[in-house]
Amino acid sequence: MTDKPLTKNIKGDKPADLAAYEANGGYVAVRDTIGKKSSSDLLDIIKDSNLRGRGGAGFPTGMKWSFVPMDKTEGHKYLVCNADEMEPGTFKDRVIMEKDPHQLVEGMILSAYTIDADIGYIFIRAEYHAAARRLREAINAAKEKGYLGENILGTGYNFELHVHSSAGRYICGEETALLNSLEGKRANPRAKPPFPQVSGLWGRPTIVNNVETLCNITHIVANGADWFKDLGLGEDSGTKLFGVSGRVKSPGCWELPMGTPIREIIEDHAGGMADGYELKGFLPGGASTDFLLPEHLDLAMDYDVIMKAGSRMGTGTMIILDDQVCPVAMVRNIIEFFARESCGFCTPCRDGLPWVHKILDSIENGRGEPQGMDILNRQAAFLGAIGHTNCALAPGAIEPLASAMKYFGDEFNQHIEEKRCPYSNKNGAN
Amino acid sequence: MSMAQDKMVSALSEQEIEEIEAEISHLPNRQAAAIDALKIVQGHRGWISDESLGAIANLLQMSTAELDGIATFYSLIFRQPVGEKVVMVCDSVSCFLMDGETVSKSIKEKLGIDFGETTSDGKYTLLPVTCLGDCDHAPAMMIGDEEHHDLKPETVGKLFDDASKRSGDDAS
Repeated sequence: MTDKPLTKNIKGDKPADLAAYEANGGYVAVRDTIGKKSSSDLLDIIKDSNLRGRGGAGFPTGMKWSFVPMDKTEGHKYLVCNADEMEPGTFKDRVIMEKDPHQLVEGMILSAYTIDADIGYIFIRAEYHAAARRLREAINAAKEKGYLGENILGTGYNFELHVHSSAGRYICGEETALLNSLEGKRANPRAKPPFPQVSGLWGRPTIVNNVETLCNITHIVANGADWFKDLGLGEDSGTKLFGVSGRVKSPGCWELPMGTPIREIIEDHAGGMADGYELKGFLPGGASTDFLLPEHLDLAMDYDVIMKAGSRMGTGTMIILDDQVCPVAMVRNIIEFFARESCGFCTPCRDGLPWVHKILDSIENGRGEPQGMDILNRQAAFLGAIGHTNCALAPGAIEPLASAMKYFGDEFNQHIEEKRCPYSNKNGAN
Repeated sequence: MSMAQDKMVSALSEQEIEEIEAEISHLPNRQAAAIDALKIVQGHRGWISDESLGAIANLLQMSTAELDGIATFYSLIFRQPVGEKVVMVCDSVSCFLMDGETVSKSIKEKLGIDFGETTSDGKYTLLPVTCLGDCDHAPAMMIGDEEHHDLKPETVGKLFDDASKRSGDDAS
């Protein structure tokens, strides 16, 4: 058994086709499970494995699935894969879909069987052309072999799987916005409850999971919950695709045990900071997570450990703030992104984020006023609170801002006092 | 169907209608294919004109206004003509940290246009795009369906000479 289940088939640039995937143990779990094990036994294994969602929120997958009604009623149940990877600084799902598409297809067959879903969609962002093509090829190949479609392997179980290529907008990654988009509508998040597990796609029970989460299902079903739990170094189970981008020697994405110390990821795997740059801070898991500092380097990348330090593990792909880039400019870039990507439905998000962006822009360009900091603090408290908006876009956007003001507040004030960006030569501001 | 409605649907080619109907076939209602239909027609024509919009709405049995609400929501549905290739430059945080703004400036100078504009020869439309998920090779951009990464301000312009040359070769 491998200690790197998610990337065992990923070698070089060539994607693993059906033959290569099967040669390395692929679809054995489908053969051994469909029609042979009960869905309640499978759900128990997933719950026992302590798998937590890899899309960013870290919600326990087994618990999420347990809310799906399992009584035999008329009508469809859906399994949707969220492959709308758009969180800035996140580049992990793309690797799996481009290099090992069958891993996702098999994970979806097993997951669908567990919740008794008969239709599945892979909702993939528009720009991932190669990944969408390879997934469609993988689906067709799996269908020909009888792993997918009607009467899978003669067991009577049916599951059809479609690829839906999106048309842009970050908000589609929010699970209820994604469902509206799949229904052909504008991608406005829905008010919850009801939750999708009960009333999702076209009002039917629906599970939405991230690519990496669904891929883990195959390995848990094949190797057992205890094996999966043993892979993690700390409290959390399994492995994780961790990544580093920014001014490090070798930016990249690696499959490592859950609970790997941040220092090991940045210094060993990413090779440490690039020559001439110092580490000043980092966002541990995508643009919508709070900054952490060099003093946090020895923390383990575990959901609860990072949460206790005041941030979130998010997608596990870190973004490095070096000593030569202006933290105000970096946060302005992030807030501009979220302001642009707001779906516009809830007023605090639609109007608040552009306001915050304008103030950050004025501070960065030497036009900031002292009361700008008061407005930023007030907006951070208001927009950062859960419950003022239908979804978590605005609270997520505030995480890097509020933490930057906490850790680098002096630099915000320096911009205002000196009426210039102290990094202006480097960033080309003014 | 009235004469006017007939005319609207006939603004779509038989192939477009066939492709849209194939999407509808696995969906519970015709309107659910709205985004697929917009992408199909845009794939054939480059953008969604008012005429195309009306014809698609008619085919999906929904109002043109409702479909326009959907079309204008999504950043990659174009309601204005675009160049032969759409150039999408990532301006999200990882690319920003790796001098993405200087790369964007070089591209704008090379093409002689700003974001949201099309070159006078109709070859390129330049747009910013959200994180392309290639952050370990930042800065990144797409020229049409092709992704380019590890961009440098001094060499990024050359990619457009190469891309023009290639499409010239294809035509011959």
